Amino acid sequence: MSGFVLPTAPDYAGALLLARDVTMRFGGVTAVSELTLAVPQGSIVGVIGPNGAGKTTLFNVLSGFYTPQEGDVIFAGKSVRGRKPYDICRLGMARTFQNIRLSQQMSVLENIMVGCHVRRRCPWWMAPLGLPSYCREEADIARKGRQLAERVNLGDQLHEKAGSLPYGAQRRLEIARALATEPRLLLLDEPAAGMNPQESLELMYFIRHIRDEFDLTILLIEHDMKVVMGVCQYIWVMEYGALIAEGGPEAVRNNPVVIRAYLGEDMAVQHA
Amino acid sequence: MRLNRGAILNIAAMFLLGCLLWQAESFLGDYQIYIGKLIFINIILALSLNLIYGFTGLFSLGHAGFIAVGAYVSALCILAPEQKEMMWILEPIIWPFSELFTPFWASVLAGGVAAAIFAFFIAVPVLRLGDDYLGIATLGFAEIIRVLIVNATAVTNGSLGIKGIPSHATLLACYGWALFTLIVLARLVFSNFGNVLRCIRDNEIAASVMGINVFRYKVLSFCIGAFFAGVGGALLGSHLSTIDPKMFNFLLTFNVLMFVVAGGLGSLTGSILGATVITILLEWLRAIEEPMNLGFVELPGIPGMRMVVFSLVLLAIILYRREGIMGTRELTWTRIFAFLRRHKA
Repeated sequence: MSGFVLPTAPDYAGALLLARDVTMRFGGVTAVSELTLAVPQGSIVGVIGPNGAGKTTLFNVLSGFYTPQEGDVIFAGKSVRGRKPYDICRLGMARTFQNIRLSQQMSVLENIMVGCHVRRRCPWWMAPLGLPSYCREEADIARKGRQLAERVNLGDQLHEKAGSLPYGAQRRLEIARALATEPRLLLLDEPAAGMNPQESLELMYFIRHIRDEFDLTILLIEHDMKVVMGVCQYIWVMEYGALIAEGGPEAVRNNPVVIRAYLGEDMAVQHA
Repeated sequence: MRLNRGAILNIAAMFLLGCLLWQAESFLGDYQIYIGKLIFINIILALSLNLIYGFTGLFSLGHAGFIAVGAYVSALCILAPEQKEMMWILEPIIWPFSELFTPFWASVLAGGVAAAIFAFFIAVPVLRLGDDYLGIATLGFAEIIRVLIVNATAVTNGSLGIKGIPSHATLLACYGWALFTLIVLARLVFSNFGNVLRCIRDNEIAASVMGINVFRYKVLSFCIGAFFAGVGGALLGSHLSTIDPKMFNFLLTFNVLMFVVAGGLGSLTGSILGATVITILLEWLRAIEEPMNLGFVELPGIPGMRMVVFSLVLLAIILYRREGIMGTRELTWTRIFAFLRRHKA
């Protein structure tokens, strides 16, 4: 059973990202099965589900780490199935990771500057020659890196090593690095993991702000229900690799199927 | 381009050292000049391996192979046709190589380019491996290159090697090529391309998500490193004036690796320090290989004793200072001044 469309489902034709009947198997295990979702341009949407539901696998399929056995992923009107991650990034999709992946040894500024690389035009051999167009671009990249660092409140720690930053700051740095690639779609894999309530509240505002400021579309995976309900306009719920429900935050919160998936059969009965 | 204090001091220091080396023959003996040339050649080799291993994180043990390619190609370019005809006694030398006769600088460049081309063909299959597997595979390829050299008699004169290579590698020439290597690598490593390479070293997955074609940049770094290894090999051949396949075995790679690890992986100035200090120590330690009279007991000279001492030093480095002399830091003028100020106070 695939793509049962609820009345409020986003419009498929105008979607920036469309996953159609995506199935991803590892040997005998089906991590994602016949999953269909459409992310409208300019929206903030979320995927939730219990541990092991296949959310991160879905992200890995979308960002090109895995090629799904069946189905297709269409981004900005082009099929990206089978494309390499760097290629997909070039098309305008950026992501963060659940377990933060920064260059621990490099400074905050250098980490962000790596993100700027994908949009650079001068080839590498211009660096030893020091041609004017190369120098100008290098200065632009450094300036952009500094601006983005200030945007995520890391302006005072430009030259600190990324590994020495506190956890929340590392998360923000990872988002800044993703923004440096000038994406149209940003995938956030559990952005609030390991944050205290105050920090996750700030994160909610931050996500909304960057969406408006950088003209983004955001798809996020989250465990923290408060964040999901507070920020997402539309939510898909996964369990055992399949979609079990979808809809607006209110509809999902009150959906008995979702409650059962999260709390178990007995608790669902008590809850009801 | 605006020059800051550091850049001005760098240029001044390079110029001063150049002048000093220009006049070196008036105050240094032959032996010291020999060591001096070896230091600059070793600096080139260490810098080139540091780009591959220290900055890009590719554990390559194939350096001796690229050095050999550089040395052989440049020797073939630089020898006069009559000399080559006389020397190739096992099999006559085949055509393009028999007529080749180029100036020294062109032969060094040719050595570098040939090494880079070899590296490219090795890199494409081998760089799909990671970590230790990459080390083993590159080690194997270096041995393949050596065996090829032994057997391609019509080009390389086989196991007889090449003798009487004109000694164009003066102290100043070696210094010039070392400076060239340093400037090219420094400009590359301290640009955003350097950040990209370091990001690949630290977190390949993150790099690919940031839109970096990881494989392409690995191949690029590997080839640039091999190019400078070839340049170093060309100078080494001209410096020693004789080369044979046995020179380019695993021990040569190991020596270069020692410079890089002792100096600090991911530090250009560290490689320079490492190569300088270890080259001098290796010569200085020759003293302990001679027979010694300790008064109460007479020790016979043991050849190879200095390598034993060196292994111990390397063990100590790995145990107590794993990041090497400099770690990933660079020795800059700002640091030197700060250090001096602290010690004055």
